[in-house]
Amino acid sequence: MGTGNSIALSKPGEEYRVHYLNAKYGIKSWLLTTDHKRIAWLYFISTSFFFVIGGLAATFMRLNLVSPQGALVQPATYNKLFTMHGTIMIFFFLAPAVPTVLGNFLIPMMIGARDVAFPKLNLLSWYIFITAGATFLWCAISGGVATGWTFYTPLSSTYTNTHVISAAMAVFISGFSSILTGLNFIVTIHKMRAPGMTWFRLPLFIWALYATSIIFILAMPVIAITMALLVVERIFHVGIFDPALGGDPVLFQHLFWFFGHPEVYILILPSLGVISELIAAFSRRRVFGYEFVAFSSFAIAFISFLVWGHHMFVSGQSIYAGIFFSAMTMAVAIPSAVKVFNWIATLYKGSVALDAPMLYALGFIGLFTIGGLTGLYLASTGLDIFLHDTYFVVAHFHYIMVGGAIMGYMGGLHYWWPKMTGKRYPEHWARVAALIIFIGFNLTFGPQFILGVEGMPRRYATYPPKFQFLNIMSSAGASILAVGYLLPAIYLLWSIKYGPAAGPNPWGAKGLEWTTASPPPVHNFDVIPIVTEEAYAYGHEPAVVGSAAS
Amino acid sequence: MLWLATFIPFFAREASSVAPNVDALFLFETAVTVFFSALIFILMIVFAVKYRRRSPDEVPVQIHGNIPMELTWIIIPAIIVAVMFVWGAKLYILLARPPRDAVHVYIVGKQWMWKIQHPEGAEEIDMLHIPVGEPIECILTSQDVIHDFSVPAFRVKKDALPDRYTTVWFTADKVGRYPFYCDQYCGTFHSHMRGFVEVMRRSSYETWLAGQSTSGVSMPAEGAKLYQSFGCIQCHGTGKGPSWVGLWDSKVHLANGQVVVADGAYIRNHILDPRDWHVEGYPNIMPTFQGQITEEQIFDLIAYIKSLATTPGPQGVAVPPPAKNGASTTP
Ligand SMILES: [Cu+2]
Ligand SMILES: [Cu+2]
Repeated sequence: MGTGNSIALSKPGEEYRVHYLNAKYGIKSWLLTTDHKRIAWLYFISTSFFFVIGGLAATFMRLNLVSPQGALVQPATYNKLFTMHGTIMIFFFLAPAVPTVLGNFLIPMMIGARDVAFPKLNLLSWYIFITAGATFLWCAISGGVATGWTFYTPLSSTYTNTHVISAAMAVFISGFSSILTGLNFIVTIHKMRAPGMTWFRLPLFIWALYATSIIFILAMPVIAITMALLVVERIFHVGIFDPALGGDPVLFQHLFWFFGHPEVYILILPSLGVISELIAAFSRRRVFGYEFVAFSSFAIAFISFLVWGHHMFVSGQSIYAGIFFSAMTMAVAIPSAVKVFNWIATLYKGSVALDAPMLYALGFIGLFTIGGLTGLYLASTGLDIFLHDTYFVVAHFHYIMVGGAIMGYMGGLHYWWPKMTGKRYPEHWARVAALIIFIGFNLTFGPQFILGVEGMPRRYATYPPKFQFLNIMSSAGASILAVGYLLPAIYLLWSIKYGPAAGPNPWGAKGLEWTTASPPPVHNFDVIPIVTEEAYAYGHEPAVVGSAAS
Repeated sequence: MLWLATFIPFFAREASSVAPNVDALFLFETAVTVFFSALIFILMIVFAVKYRRRSPDEVPVQIHGNIPMELTWIIIPAIIVAVMFVWGAKLYILLARPPRDAVHVYIVGKQWMWKIQHPEGAEEIDMLHIPVGEPIECILTSQDVIHDFSVPAFRVKKDALPDRYTTVWFTADKVGRYPFYCDQYCGTFHSHMRGFVEVMRRSSYETWLAGQSTSGVSMPAEGAKLYQSFGCIQCHGTGKGPSWVGLWDSKVHLANGQVVVADGAYIRNHILDPRDWHVEGYPNIMPTFQGQITEEQIFDLIAYIKSLATTPGPQGVAVPPPAKNGASTTP
């Protein structure tokens, strides 16, 4: 680590220091980097780009739904918009966001390593991701696809004349990016931990990403195969899914949801990990019931492979299958409840600071609770028949995906932003934005629960006039939500240039990532740390396991 | 306060025998949701205020965990979700088992409309007239992609799949007009694929039936005509192929050793795929009717075969068994 050879670059009053951001300059130094921290930025920029595109699609959808006849576009276009929104948000934003941005940046930092196990593979994952994203954009530009992100057959395989093949190829390719990322993370966590960093000293974020990586490796090949079969059927008319060709239309749903439900946990597990970090840091407490929280991630990951049939309660599948999948789905509630209650218990007698990341964390806990509990309605077979494929479902999964996954991501981004950039953002603006997002979110998706019990089906470009009032409410909420997302985009970018220096540990938090400079040096640690204490070792009192909360 | 009236009470109306059961579970789960959401929000706010950081270097007492508490919040949620599971499964089974005396209505979904056939012969599009208080079983299929027949006021829905029959049943218990929707995204005009169930008193229902131009020929009678025109009679009326009399609901021994019940799905499969469903003891010579017969015509043939049941059919329609030569029952 050279010093002092370009003193002219540093601002007066700030000591010049070489770190991962200024060690090299030029576009090539970024596009060919193998530094996990820089790759995290590559992912940050590309996933943010997709978030904007997916968000724009949602904006047009909400605008269109202001009027029962469709205020803006024809049904054919509306169908493309929701397909684009779903596909982009799930495959190109939510699935990669937390693992590849925060995970990439933090896994080596948190376990005391200089990089991930396979830095070149890490960069390759990003290029595969970009190829997949470009393929999907090409699909959108060449006319778009209107199958919904679920690509149900035989609509997708035979009947639609929109661009299924390029969309399916995009999903197919993106799967390999996730598989390689998962593989890289698993090996890194196994082999690269600093001396003394035992499994039960790992931050819970690492446990969550480990569980996510396992799902990446097991579920992504299934979606890749399913998409490949779909393309084969569409091009060569091989009868796999379309009964007119001798296929089975429900087979696709089994394959798709065998991937699809674990995918849901790919989206939420990393954020659950983030929340554990935030709750610990902002109450200065070791997460209550650390082992229970850690293992609940694995319980969720495991059960997630046994619940796919809950998407098919009304598809005519055997009622015994339905009942089995219902029981398995109900079981997911238990590890989820374990997490929530342990977080709440962590606050008890803590030292709670309501900084912006913590506001996101608390918002997450509340919205994730509502999202999880409303999932039970859909897991109850007889009740699901009423609510299946209505706006109730849309509201439920947005509480998990937006109220949960994105809240967690935003919280994590605000928490580690000073580490990633070395700069602080304006705290009061960040709190205001968190509050606006929380309010806008509830106004957008709360009314959709009611639309669902009133019977409004999802994926409707037009609707009976009696649903208009709640749709307008939802659209109005969405505009507030949009402002909430715009604010961080402005002040976070502002902070990169104008924010005050953060220092190594602006939150007074525990964790190896806070022991090194902000932004970190190229190789993270000048000296590889030796870990002698467990995660979140706030205070000096000896650990008393199993003692009653006195 | 007009806007309040738009969604309070915001439920889709209850208009079927099962709707109150479904809503009872809905209310139970809503009570659980409200209770736990409120509990979590209140605890969060109370702790965040009560234990707010009072000085920048404050370090709170460290508590690592507590096994009895962990067990509490494992066991209580487990019991609650077990109740939801059992309750939901009971409803699911109830909704899956149509009463034996249900009247069959045949529904074909196609991009983008619902074609409905009544056994008496009435046909309608995007409208379903039914008598109040009588169990109705809809036999659903699709001519193209997957659709879903959903009647929120009855709290029921079921996918309509190509190449497959599914059923959904209900007993409407309030006269009135209730919307139905296609709930499975099915292409461009998915959102246009909706209509109304008109629940009528028996007497008005009969007046309505009589007024339908298509009511002149019942579905079994229509099927009997097809029996002749498709040439089914040449084998099934001569003993070369199995007779249709008494076939409905009977056990059929297939050449491959399987024993199947002769229900609608079996009949449909046999018409479209006779080689795979070849009946033991008869020559394997039946041609496929794939591409020559519509889903509606298959429904007519099923209704006809059902009318030939030796035991009074579930609908109690007394149709005299025709002569062995398959003489038409057309009036
Ligand atoms: Cu699922
Ligand atoms: Cu449809």
